[in-house]
Amino acid sequence: MTLKDVPVGASAEVLSVKCDRRLTRRLLEMGLLPGTRVRVVRVAPLGDPIELRLRDYALSVRRSEASRIAVTLEGTR
Amino acid sequence: MTRAAVTPQVLLAGNPNSGKSTLFNALSGGSAQVGNYPGVTVDRESARVECGADAVDLVDVPGIYSLTADSPEEQLAIRALFEEQTEAVMCVVDATTLQRGLYLALQLIESSVPVVVALNMMDAAEQKGIRIDIDRLATELGVPVVPVVATKKKGVDGLLTALEGALRSPGTSKSNSAPRYTEAVEADIVALQPELEKWRPDASPAARRSLALWSLLSLGDDELRGVPDSLRKEVDRLRGDALEQGRDIELEIIGARYAWLERVVSRSTVEPGRRIPLGERLDNVLMHPVAGLLIFAIVMFGIFEALFTGAEPMIAVIEDLTALLQSNLRGFLPEGAFRALLIEGVVSGVGNVLVFVPQILMLFLFIGFLEDSGYLARVAFVIDRVMKKVGLHGKAFVPLLSGFACAVPAVMATRTIERRKDRLVTMMALPLMACSARLPVFILIVGTVFAGETVGWFSAGAVALFFMYTLSVLFTLGAAAVIRRTVLRGPAPTFVLEMPTYRWPAARVLWVNAWRRLRIFLIDAGTIILAMTIILWALLSYPKSPAVTERFAEEREQIVQTVSSPELRAEALETIDAQEAGEQLRNSVGGRLGRWIEPVLRPLGFDWRIGVGIIGAFAAREVFVSTMGVVFGIGDADDDNRPLRDALREARHADGALVMTPLSGISLMLFFLLACQCMSTIAVVRRESGSWRWPMLMFSYMTILAYVVSLVVYQGGRALGFG
Repeated sequence: MTLKDVPVGASAEVLSVKCDRRLTRRLLEMGLLPGTRVRVVRVAPLGDPIELRLRDYALSVRRSEASRIAVTLEGTR
Repeated sequence: MTRAAVTPQVLLAGNPNSGKSTLFNALSGGSAQVGNYPGVTVDRESARVECGADAVDLVDVPGIYSLTADSPEEQLAIRALFEEQTEAVMCVVDATTLQRGLYLALQLIESSVPVVVALNMMDAAEQKGIRIDIDRLATELGVPVVPVVATKKKGVDGLLTALEGALRSPGTSKSNSAPRYTEAVEADIVALQPELEKWRPDASPAARRSLALWSLLSLGDDELRGVPDSLRKEVDRLRGDALEQGRDIELEIIGARYAWLERVVSRSTVEPGRRIPLGERLDNVLMHPVAGLLIFAIVMFGIFEALFTGAEPMIAVIEDLTALLQSNLRGFLPEGAFRALLIEGVVSGVGNVLVFVPQILMLFLFIGFLEDSGYLARVAFVIDRVMKKVGLHGKAFVPLLSGFACAVPAVMATRTIERRKDRLVTMMALPLMACSARLPVFILIVGTVFAGETVGWFSAGAVALFFMYTLSVLFTLGAAAVIRRTVLRGPAPTFVLEMPTYRWPAARVLWVNAWRRLRIFLIDAGTIILAMTIILWALLSYPKSPAVTERFAEEREQIVQTVSSPELRAEALETIDAQEAGEQLRNSVGGRLGRWIEPVLRPLGFDWRIGVGIIGAFAAREVFVSTMGVVFGIGDADDDNRPLRDALREARHADGALVMTPLSGISLMLFFLLACQCMSTIAVVRRESGSWRWPMLMFSYMTILAYVVSLVVYQGGRALGFG
């Protein structure tokens, strides 16, 4: 599954990041690496982008970007 | 040594939202010099800071997450790092998100420049329950770490002491551990050394090693400047080989760094924060689908209202003072060309610059507040879905909204948008927003051609105004979409944006930053506006016809002799003055130009008098009203002026047809809505884009758009039997 499909409130572990090179690099450098634990905090009021929490900070990405980040779901709250 | 000759340069680097600017202000006492980085339009702020016995130049590097770059803007940091006079770097790290902040610090340490880490926001970290062993962290990193609270100026002295120490004994990192890169990456680093030795012969081996890593991450498909082709070729080859072997160089390098950082942070963090941050709970309300949108709307309306209405009294004061100064000078100085130049050119030019001060200050205080509090990122988060459709970034929203008040501060506000292309698209499109200077023009036209008419339950004028505002939004968004697909082609901007923790901004920092922006405007854009005002004044005043002067002098003489009542005489003289001004305007270069372009304007329904008004309105759109007053010999006129409206209503073309009909009125409103009738916008776009190319492009496309739309509407309307 991808990060786009993770329900709000649930956490997941990143498996791979496969956007274009620039964006992939940026996400990796901001700490979104394979093995990183990510929680989906919320969806924007209009449905896109989504807000993530990782490495003690909050990051927002668009759904189109999230759909290129493969994850496995961790136990939901 | 040559070292003594130059002041040592210390870079202040750090993530966005790490409190870097606040720390810069705390260190510099708010006395920064603003310059420009060569080749890019990014302000370079620096300040002289006393550090022990010596003084250093502290340079505020724009906020970055990494040294890796793919655009000239992002390249600034690495360039500054390798500048000869750079002797140390102060890296600001947000203590509440250590790993990400230290990622940048690690890259700086790897480059072998002396680094001092300023661990900022210690108070917030404590609140979150995070406890950091500072000494342990310093040992692990091998560089001094100083805890600070920049907003309260806590730890600033300790920071300067540490910096002094680092400058005195500039050893490299004293850590005995470092990220362990894969053997393949190590081989790539070795393979790049010959090329790097050619490029940077003076760099130390450690510095070249870090440059090799930087090249592997940054080069290829980039827009960087000054990188030798041979190095590029070598990196391409290595990356190609890696791809064939199924390697992922990015992941190998960045993964090794984060793996090391995770170990360092876990060893030096006594207690990780466990509490859910307050901001997250706050966002449950602020980003709520209903309440959040409502609050968003209220905040945005507040800004709009403040710029549109709140600034009005201050603008009025500036205009009144300008007028007062002009009338006083008129009394002081002898009549002549010099007095006219001083009053109509210089003083009114300075006034033209100063009227923007209230709105610029207000907008930058607002934006500073939104940015420093963390809400600006949420604004982008809320509205991105809409902006994305036309290829704009969520951060373009506030500048576009401000465009309803005035394009000048709005263009300046685009600097909150990170990428240059995104910024330029926003800048090019936003002057199409119906700014407040268009309103007096619209009101004059509506009052002239739609007085008393209704459409259903509404007055025709209100409907026309409503249409103009709606159209302006549609045209702005449409223009952005087109520009994004043509001149500034590129993928829609990505939206990878940190949602910073909410904080209460420091009032002093807001003031200092707003003031700095204002100063840049006054100096850079202000001089252009002043020069254009003087040129425009000269065009509309010269040459003066002696014949006309003589004729009116005779008429005046006659009035003085024949009219005995002082009141009637004054009135008659005033009429004569107005008529003479109109006559002289017609003879001026601008007046002749108006007549000369009449054949071009005639198909839009305009005559030469409106042409002169359009030329005059280049100073500022609302000047159209007073210029029309002069053209029709009415003297000082405002948009409510009945004689001016009557004169406009009765004006006829050479063939006897009425000039102002509902159809030509709409055509004229559309022209003013779409044309770039504003030299101040041009001046500020010149300043913010860094070249004349962009304002010229903007002027051309807007003028063509305005002409074509007015033409189609007027001719189409006539064909359908209106007007």
